[in-house]
Amino acid sequence: MPDEKANQPPLVRLRNLSKHFGEGETRVDALRDVSLDVQAGEVIALLGPSGSGKTTLLNIIGCILDPSSGSMELDGEVVLRDGRWVRPNLRRLRLDKIGFIFQFHNLMPFLDATDNVALVLQMAGVDPREARLRALELLDYLEVGNRRGSMPAQLSGGEAQRVAIARALANKPRIILADEPTAALDSKRAGIVMDLLRKVAVERDAAIIAVTHDEKIFDRFDRIFNLRDGRLDV
Amino acid sequence: MNLAYRDIRHGLGRFLLTCVGLGLLLGVVLAMIGIYRGLVVEALTIARAPAVDLWVVEANTRGPFAEASRIPADTREAIARIAGVVAAGSITYQTVEAEYQDRKLRLYVIGYEPTRPGGPPEIEEGHTIARSHFEMVADRSSGLVPRDRVRLGRDTFTVVGSTRQQVSSGGDPVVYIALQDAQKLQFDLAPPAARVQLARGTGGTGRDTVNAVIARLHPNASPDAVAETVRRWKHLAAVTQEAQELILTRSLVDRARRQIGLFTSLLLAVSAVVIALIIYTMTMEKLKQIATLKLIGAPDRTIIGMIVQQALALGLIGFAIGATLIASIKDYFPRRVVLEPDNVLALGVVVVVVCLLASALGVRAALRIDPATALGG
Repeated sequence: MPDEKANQPPLVRLRNLSKHFGEGETRVDALRDVSLDVQAGEVIALLGPSGSGKTTLLNIIGCILDPSSGSMELDGEVVLRDGRWVRPNLRRLRLDKIGFIFQFHNLMPFLDATDNVALVLQMAGVDPREARLRALELLDYLEVGNRRGSMPAQLSGGEAQRVAIARALANKPRIILADEPTAALDSKRAGIVMDLLRKVAVERDAAIIAVTHDEKIFDRFDRIFNLRDGRLDV
Repeated sequence: MNLAYRDIRHGLGRFLLTCVGLGLLLGVVLAMIGIYRGLVVEALTIARAPAVDLWVVEANTRGPFAEASRIPADTREAIARIAGVVAAGSITYQTVEAEYQDRKLRLYVIGYEPTRPGGPPEIEEGHTIARSHFEMVADRSSGLVPRDRVRLGRDTFTVVGSTRQQVSSGGDPVVYIALQDAQKLQFDLAPPAARVQLARGTGGTGRDTVNAVIARLHPNASPDAVAETVRRWKHLAAVTQEAQELILTRSLVDRARRQIGLFTSLLLAVSAVVIALIIYTMTMEKLKQIATLKLIGAPDRTIIGMIVQQALALGLIGFAIGATLIASIKDYFPRRVVLEPDNVLALGVVVVVVCLLASALGVRAALRIDPATALGG
């Protein structure tokens, strides 16, 4: 990571983030005092056994799960303070600042590749014609421009995941959360997808946080964090 | 980008098949409403055909449709002389079975005086009765056409004209014959029975009896006042046209009407449940997609719009299929199916309301989906 980027404020800043489910004897601490800074251009991995809190952490960073305590800043904006959301419209925040990549691409099966990407742009208020043009540019950027009119069912796993990445990038988010992005791909395609994510992080100045179990791509990450019993170990 | 339209287009075959299924169900509802309306219209057809204001029948009866009524035929002359009466006519009603082309033909025979009220309201083909005997005007639903010959009792009648949609409350096609022929058909004994009566010395009784006398009144005359005048004759009763129609709908076809009405309501309830289930299932099948949409930041209106638009499309296309189907086949029903625009429109409104209510269930489920569902396998 270049030194000048290390001096910039982090795109994702977590401080003493905790989350527990239930109370008393049934209380389960999913996250305990997690603090983490992720810089622009960084690609980091969250590892850990099942139930270690990886998805809980991803959900909180994605603003879809309320934490029990802690603070969070996304792209320089305080969104969570002392366990309470201070940013009013979290849905809009997700639309504008966070891109999601899923294990099974989660493309809309009734839209072709271009419209799957354009949909996100249109939801953000971009004119439909402009949205299609930008979607086509993104598909070209991710080297699936030749499948622009294909329905998700007609795409290979790797192609579908690239379209999903294009959709995640559509609104130029600076934070990209990926949930097992290569789990459904073979090692060759997994490598291609990770190279693309790295390219996106560098060229678009974005931070990528991925939950993964996929050992064959560990070398593609800048930092790898282990979650054990809700605690984060570098 | 219209997500509802895109989703429908993606699974067009399945969607259309669902619409056809729903259309058939709504078609049955519409048919039942049509049968219900048809039953009422048919019941009133015969009472409305002579276009009169007053029915004079036997005392203490509500004839001639709800109860048997027999009065002397010369009652007509007495009625015609009452102030306010413009025209009066004697009339008989009876149901007969005739042989026609090797099949039994059930007919509702109306006997009337050709120059007086009581005849067919409109001749569609041929002409009305011109001779005093053995001519007949038959409704097309009987299958009889002008120049056909059919035997009623001991006489053969020639069809000279056709009417349309003239049937009794039981659905039997109406034929009109001259009053004297009708009286002979209704009151003459068979020759052996007549011979027995003659031998007993009781034969030769007059057959100059009718079921009712109908009267057309002057526009300024009050039907109730004229009816009151008629009731002064103790052997007669008088029923206004309005009361006669009430007797027919409240008494004669009331049970059948209520039965069909109840069945129609049940069908409507079943349709509502089916529509709700289809729309709810359609939404449940898209939970993962809805969760993904919510996760990537889709506003609620996008998700609500998709569900509501699909529900309305399903309901309206199904309704259009059902309405078109019934409109095309209604004339092939053995009894009249009356599709009135206001009834069709009312069902359309009900379908829209049901679709909106059903989509509310789907919308509620969709809005409760946790966006985190999209993450993980």
